[in-house]
Amino acid sequence: MNQYPIWKNLMVLVVVLLGALYALPNLFGQDPSMEISATRDAVVDQTTQSRVEQALQQLGISVKRMEMQQQKLLVRFNSSEDQLKAMDHIAAALGEDYTPALTLAPDLPDWLIGVGAEPMYLGLDLRGGIHVLIDVDMESAITQAAERYSSDIRTLLREEKLRYVRISREDERVVVKFNTAEKRDQAIELIGNEFRNLNVKDIDQEEAFLVEVSLSPAEKQEVQRFALQQNITTLRNRVNALGISEPSIQQQGVRRIVVQLPGAQDPGKVKEILGATATLEYRLADTEHSVEDAVNGRVPPGASLYYERDGRPVLLKKRVIVTGNQIVDASSGLDQQTGSPAVFVSLDGVGAKRMRRMTNENVGRPMAVVFIENRTTTRMVDGKAVKVKRKVEEVISIATIREPFGRRFQTTGLDTTEEARDLALLLRAGALAAPIEIVEERTIGPSLGQDSIDQGFASVMIGLALVMVFMAIYYRVFGLVADMALVMNLVLIVAILSMLQATLTLPGIAGIVLTVGMAVDANVLIFQRIREEIANGNSPQASIQAGYEKAFSTIIDANITTLIAAVVLFSFGTGPIKGFAVTLAIGILTSMFTAIIGTRAVINWIYGRKRVQSLAI
Amino acid sequence: MQILKKGTYLDLMGKRKLAIYFSSVLLLIALGAIIARGLNLGIDFTGGTLVEVKYPEAIELAVVREALDKDGFSEAVVQHFGTPQEVLVRLAPQDGMESAELSDRAFRAMQGITSEAELRRVEFVGPQVGEELTEKGGLAMLYALIGILIYVGLRFEYRFAVGSVIALVHDVLITVGFFALFHVEFDLPVLAAVLAVIGYSLNDTIVVFDRIRENFRKMRKGETVEIINTSVNQTLSRTLITSGTTLLVLIALFLFGGEIIHGFALALIVGVVIGTYSSIYVASSSVISMGVSRADLMPVKKDDEVVDETP
Repeated sequence: MNQYPIWKNLMVLVVVLLGALYALPNLFGQDPSMEISATRDAVVDQTTQSRVEQALQQLGISVKRMEMQQQKLLVRFNSSEDQLKAMDHIAAALGEDYTPALTLAPDLPDWLIGVGAEPMYLGLDLRGGIHVLIDVDMESAITQAAERYSSDIRTLLREEKLRYVRISREDERVVVKFNTAEKRDQAIELIGNEFRNLNVKDIDQEEAFLVEVSLSPAEKQEVQRFALQQNITTLRNRVNALGISEPSIQQQGVRRIVVQLPGAQDPGKVKEILGATATLEYRLADTEHSVEDAVNGRVPPGASLYYERDGRPVLLKKRVIVTGNQIVDASSGLDQQTGSPAVFVSLDGVGAKRMRRMTNENVGRPMAVVFIENRTTTRMVDGKAVKVKRKVEEVISIATIREPFGRRFQTTGLDTTEEARDLALLLRAGALAAPIEIVEERTIGPSLGQDSIDQGFASVMIGLALVMVFMAIYYRVFGLVADMALVMNLVLIVAILSMLQATLTLPGIAGIVLTVGMAVDANVLIFQRIREEIANGNSPQASIQAGYEKAFSTIIDANITTLIAAVVLFSFGTGPIKGFAVTLAIGILTSMFTAIIGTRAVINWIYGRKRVQSLAI
Repeated sequence: MQILKKGTYLDLMGKRKLAIYFSSVLLLIALGAIIARGLNLGIDFTGGTLVEVKYPEAIELAVVREALDKDGFSEAVVQHFGTPQEVLVRLAPQDGMESAELSDRAFRAMQGITSEAELRRVEFVGPQVGEELTEKGGLAMLYALIGILIYVGLRFEYRFAVGSVIALVHDVLITVGFFALFHVEFDLPVLAAVLAVIGYSLNDTIVVFDRIRENFRKMRKGETVEIINTSVNQTLSRTLITSGTTLLVLIALFLFGGEIIHGFALALIVGVVIGTYSSIYVASSSVISMGVSRADLMPVKKDDEVVDETP
């Protein structure tokens, strides 16, 4: 009696061994490391490695190990001081084509890597880093699209020589006014044929012949989808240039983007780079009119008044030579003549042509670079938060055109090398398709993360020890078996979390703690039943059998209901709450296995197949 | 070793009137606290900015307040967090300033006291995100209850489903009421804990119900109240032991898990205590009040199984 078939014992053994194997990587430490990846066209190869070696030799830092990975070079240091010291030096030695990023690399033996075992993936709240939730302004994406259509329609009507009175854009729709019904009908046909994705209809009012053009629902969706995708791509470019290892940029819902930057330290800088919508415009200075008059409110037609960063007024022509959209590449460096920070810019074909023509005609005249940035601020209006968009326009450089130039040229007048670098980064990373706003930000310092791990670990261990002592005293031999199951349960949770590479968060640790408390429940149910059976005068063997059998359906019912709660938590929750739900769900499943099948296997091994007078329970 | 002596039989259900009064008083206090005091919602729900800074040495809050005041953060709520070295600052959404910039400015102001101040944590939640969370949290609670109602209804009987949901609403209201009464901050982890309480308390209730079902089928004689009382008694040891071990671990979490997890652990401790009580009294009393009888729980088809269980 009370004997498991061999396959069941084997299964328990296999699960236990696999669990131990995949939980193992978490016992190994992590090396402070640097991950070097190439940006743009460069490749990471032996040359890169020798350049890094050279740079480190100059600093007198010896590394633990260097590993060539796919498209990446991993440099392991002996201490985090070495790692930090080396960072700037290596960045300088490699130049702009490479991005070094600080990271922690697990120090695993080869055979563990061979079986694909990895340590648990720690969430930002445990390892430190920045989490940003970004809302994409879809309304503005739609308005921009409408703006585009309005200008396309204008061009179309002109080309077809169809005279209209006025074209105006009202929010999401474009209204064209005609003076005869005939022209209106012609226009409806023309626009309808040309733009099949637009809704076109007449909305005549009191003697006016109006055509209303609007985006079809499908087209609106497409515009929004595109805006989100484009923004994700742009944000990814910006994030990559920040030099952070394992960044994650993901869509959330239909209008949100989550950016996670493990290890990032400076939230101000990150937000500035992510949220910036900076662009440049090149314009000629208006030297024919007086700046003083303009300051006093008499701005001449064809010109606008701008201010330099130090507040000096400048009069610029309204016509833009080239805009940021025509910039294909930008890098920062130092101006060779003056040694001041500069941004080197390359233009696309159209931009280059225009720049060449304008500079050709205007040698000797001053040209200005205008820095344009859209900032969103939140104001409280009648107790409600309202977003206000503000456009900041500053002249960052004004210089005389010495000779005609075209495709490649440089912009100077920036205050610091850092500013030059940020500007180059923004220009290179491209523009956002729609304005964004940061709606949630969570920054966790690395020391807090470490504290959380330590405290979480300590509380799991203390709780575990207390429960184990209690079980051993209360249920004696059976209690010890339950203790084994409890430890095994913990190992299995860690193994599954490691295998799934699910993110372990602080609430996740709390979930584990809770599971430890509740995991003994199944065993308590079984053991109480066994005691009852013995009290009813049944034989020890029969009591074991009956105890496990009768408790089974209760355990299933009780656990499934808890599982329902975990599933609900998972489906509604974000980040940390999801982590809690995942560990809770895994814990319920593994505890059922260890508490029902695992303990039975051990109990069978101790008591099974022999005559037993009494049970130590 | 045993908590309860062998053959202990307490007249638990006999005191269920008392329990109804007790629960009613608790519920009234909880509801009153929620209505009158309201919940001290964290920035996860209200939106706003939170900055946690650690100074190399213990620091007076007045010094921090002054530094913040100078920079225009006169409305900031400043408090120690865990140790006298750590300071937590809360800022409501402010007029005319980019929300995301707020935390940087506040930290810089705090760093002005000593440059060795270390940024431990920044949380900024937009008002709109908070609103969504409140909505989602409420919905999650509702879905969980519906899911449970269906499962218990299918596995047992509708009156048991209603009884377990009554017990759950009872537990959730009292736990939330506790947070309102003592004005403990209610944030995202606490919400998760309250949802976990649902899972836990239900777990407890189901075990009792399971025994009630079994005993209805097995015991030929006896009034409904008597059978339920026997069932509660038989599961009492288990209920107390499991709650005890869970509480042991939760207290470890509360004491050693760190400041951030405090609210979470507290909510679970309150929830487990209330959940244990409710699985003994509230759920069973509800089932009795709804007039469950033996006939309701007899297996519909498998008549032979009943014969098997006859002693």
